[in-house]
Amino acid sequence: MSTQIDLVPVKPTTAIVGEADAGRRPGRSVWFRMLVNDRVAAAAAAILGLVFLTAIFGPMLVGDLATHIDLDNSNQAPFTLAHGWANVLGTDPLGRSMLGRLIVACRTTLSVAIPAVVISAVVGSVIGMWAGFYRGWRETVAMRVADVIMSFPSLLLAVVVLYVFSPSAANIVAVLAITRIPVYLRTARAESAELSSRVFVDAARTFGADGRSIITRHVLPIVLPTLLTVATLDFCYVMLAESSLSFLGIGIQPPDVSWGLMVSQGRTYLHTAWWLSFFPGLAIVITTVSATILAAWARIATDPGQRWRLTVPQKRLSRFTGAAKRLS
Amino acid sequence: MTAVAEHVPAERVDADPALRVEGLTVDIRTITGTVRAVDAVSFAAHRGETLALLGESGCGKSMTATALVGLLEPVAEVVAGSAHIAGRDGLADLLAADRKTRRKLAGPELAIVFQDALTALNPLYTVGTQLAEPFRIHHGMKAKEAKRKAVELMARVGIPQPQERMKSYPHQFSGGMRQRLLIAMAVALNPRVLIADEPTTALDVTVQAQIMALLKSLRTEFDMAVVLITHDLALVAEEADRVAVMYAGTIVETGSVAEVFAEPKHPYTKGLLDSVPVNAERGAELKSIGGSPPDLHSIPEGCVYQERCPLAREICRTTRPPLEAVGARRKSACHFPGEVKNV
Amino acid sequence: MSNQLLSVRDLTKTFRVPGARGSKAKLSALDGINLDLARGETLGLVGESGCGKSTLARTLLMLERPDSGTVSFDGTDPFGLRGKELLKFRRRVQMVFQDPYASLNSRMTAGDIIAEPWRSHRTLHPAKRDRDTRVRELLDLVGLGAKAMDKYPQEFSGGQRQRIGIARALALDPDVIICDEPVSALDLSVQAQVLNLLNDLQRQLQISYVFISHDLSVVRHVADRVAVMYLGRIIETGPTEAVFDRPNHPYTAALMSAAPKLDAAQRGERILLKGEVPSPLNPPSGCRFRTRCQRATDVCAKERPPVALDLQVADHTAECHHPLLADQSALSRSA
Repeated sequence: MSTQIDLVPVKPTTAIVGEADAGRRPGRSVWFRMLVNDRVAAAAAAILGLVFLTAIFGPMLVGDLATHIDLDNSNQAPFTLAHGWANVLGTDPLGRSMLGRLIVACRTTLSVAIPAVVISAVVGSVIGMWAGFYRGWRETVAMRVADVIMSFPSLLLAVVVLYVFSPSAANIVAVLAITRIPVYLRTARAESAELSSRVFVDAARTFGADGRSIITRHVLPIVLPTLLTVATLDFCYVMLAESSLSFLGIGIQPPDVSWGLMVSQGRTYLHTAWWLSFFPGLAIVITTVSATILAAWARIATDPGQRWRLTVPQKRLSRFTGAAKRLS
Repeated sequence: MTAVAEHVPAERVDADPALRVEGLTVDIRTITGTVRAVDAVSFAAHRGETLALLGESGCGKSMTATALVGLLEPVAEVVAGSAHIAGRDGLADLLAADRKTRRKLAGPELAIVFQDALTALNPLYTVGTQLAEPFRIHHGMKAKEAKRKAVELMARVGIPQPQERMKSYPHQFSGGMRQRLLIAMAVALNPRVLIADEPTTALDVTVQAQIMALLKSLRTEFDMAVVLITHDLALVAEEADRVAVMYAGTIVETGSVAEVFAEPKHPYTKGLLDSVPVNAERGAELKSIGGSPPDLHSIPEGCVYQERCPLAREICRTTRPPLEAVGARRKSACHFPGEVKNV
Repeated sequence: MSNQLLSVRDLTKTFRVPGARGSKAKLSALDGINLDLARGETLGLVGESGCGKSTLARTLLMLERPDSGTVSFDGTDPFGLRGKELLKFRRRVQMVFQDPYASLNSRMTAGDIIAEPWRSHRTLHPAKRDRDTRVRELLDLVGLGAKAMDKYPQEFSGGQRQRIGIARALALDPDVIICDEPVSALDLSVQAQVLNLLNDLQRQLQISYVFISHDLSVVRHVADRVAVMYLGRIIETGPTEAVFDRPNHPYTAALMSAAPKLDAAQRGERILLKGEVPSPLNPPSGCRFRTRCQRATDVCAKERPPVALDLQVADHTAECHHPLLADQSALSRSA
């Protein structure tokens, strides 16, 4: 008999109760409605949207606000308009507007974090899925490579590389990408290996589908939500890693500015000018938390079996959240 | 043993039942509303006799069992009914019992055997430890004594070399052996009532025969009332004395197996019997019940079976037929029990 | 014979058990299988867990490569083919799986699932409109209706999902469909519907079935011929009635008697086998069934059992030193 786990598809109650209208392949409006129904995810999406818009258009609008040095206004406290609306979030030791610097730093931070995450995700996932599906020597080799990378203290590796090759943005992206590959590799491999023994994969083999088609058709769509979640968490990690590197002086180099760099530059002023580290730190936190929330939403929205949770407004859902969690 | 399942002698039958369930009703809270999974189910199980709860998936038979032993999922709850078990200390209502009473009853009075032994046994403990557990908990035995009883028990259920196998783990046994272990744990304290929920569904047919033979001999030895939950008609025909047929959470027919199967008084029972390919000509169409089991969200007014029933009439749509006597010790929930034979 | 679609001789398959050494290292799943399947015929394959029926099914589907033996499919040896030729050949054998939940990818719609085989065989229906039409036809054929195309598997019941699986198996117009316990996971009332469907399809499309099942009453109803497997060998084979009513092998007799029967008249003396199925890692010498057989003697341990031909019914054979119908059998040592 096949594995018992496969034979029991759902808990008895769900079998009796059935799925509330799971719905067809959702059109655009259904996605929107699902997002709106989950208010927290909607807020997260809005925030992320704002962040991306800032990254794209911000520097243009802000002009030279971020670089305009005004020593008369150095280290001004935030939340007053006494020094002009531009300094509403305070100024740094050189009198530059915090608000302006935050906006410009947004672009730099994202332009390091996003490519790093994308590259490591794509490379790691592809190798992982391939290794997990075929097993055998491919799996062994891939896992050993991942082990090697993981056993290096990544920050140390970054320090060495950047010291030797000079800290340009491209190098930073490359180093961060390489050190994060194992995370995706291992996740993708594990899921791929489990899926490769599923019955519907066997079925695909009977019609002559080759490994590559099966991976694209069956493994990838199922693994993708997990990888997305991992990617958003990793996004947070990368942003913080970049800030560590900047703190050590081998990350983003002044006059370029990133949130991480701002945090580290403000370190010496923590008692006197707390806003120097606080606001960029807050920006990092808000961005990462929003990304994580949105990833969690996306995970549910892309799974036809779980989608029903998002078709009901949150308030009605909470009455069943305890039960709903158990039904999942 | 060529006979049909033995009939229990009349004096026995009229004596008080070991387990009497009355009006058991279980509701499930779902996101779209409350669903009634078990609706006013009543039956009685007598010692030395096997009562079968027969039905397809979703009919509520498993939920009935889990309600009786108090293992309902959090979304489900018992909203009505009583289940009196005639224990050594007198009658106790399982459904009204608090946790303490329940724990006292579980083992010495009421026991359950589940379908999947692998998930019902703890993979981290040896078999010896798990089998000794009922003795240590309920009889307060010391470990050595309890282990001795466990070995006896394993020998009784037919596990070869029980002394050596005490130290083995559940996954080291085959499916049939594991099921024997589950049965051993269930009968360890000589319960009055044993509920077996699809005990042999996952087993090969030759192993199934062995397990059912074991259950039968244990039933005789311990004079237990066995409630057998299954969807397999042939199994009911061979192993059970009485049967209660369930559909959509309600009992639609009860009676002795011989009588119900020879002359069913409910169209669903007849439909089930006709679906089994017994003497059909090869290649001939099997008579099947049209449609599919009802969605519990939308059980119709009136008879639950009306949408698939060939005898359905106006009255069936408006009035739910009560479970009434249609003969000596036979009941059926149908407005036209006499016409079933023409279906 | 031109009617003979599939012919298997001496098929052997052993698996290597990773991490084990010596005698425990090899799992003998199939040990010299012989069978025949004619066009439009249903061959029932019966046996308990560990007998090798899944391995046999997978080998016939060309998912596993046999270690030795020959398979002849309409005159061709599919294992001699490579690349495009092998791909084309795969169209001829398809499978309906046991578990209607696990065999369908829950993230694909029914239409996608049924159309999936064509993605590997693009020459069949290159135009999308073609494919949609054909999907609708197949859905009608299995009794589901064209509207089911856009629904996900969760929206269907077990019986309906099995119909989707059958439609998918039909997508490539196969000659043989291997049904691996197609109704075991279904409710009784739905079983009958699906069995009727399989029957109709066979009549309409002249498909042959290899019907694997542990439910003997179902096999008796659908199969023309039956093969009984035990520990990697086919120990008895023949026309259904002959094997069921006049079994020649002790295991077959035990199997028939163990199955519970609705009709009291069909029940006989129940033969309870002793012990359990030996592990395929270390099968018994000589006759594999001897460890549980009440008729076993010394010769059963020393020599492989001969073939016992039933003199009363053609094509009914069993391999046993002491067949049940000893006085009506002729023992021979043929392959």
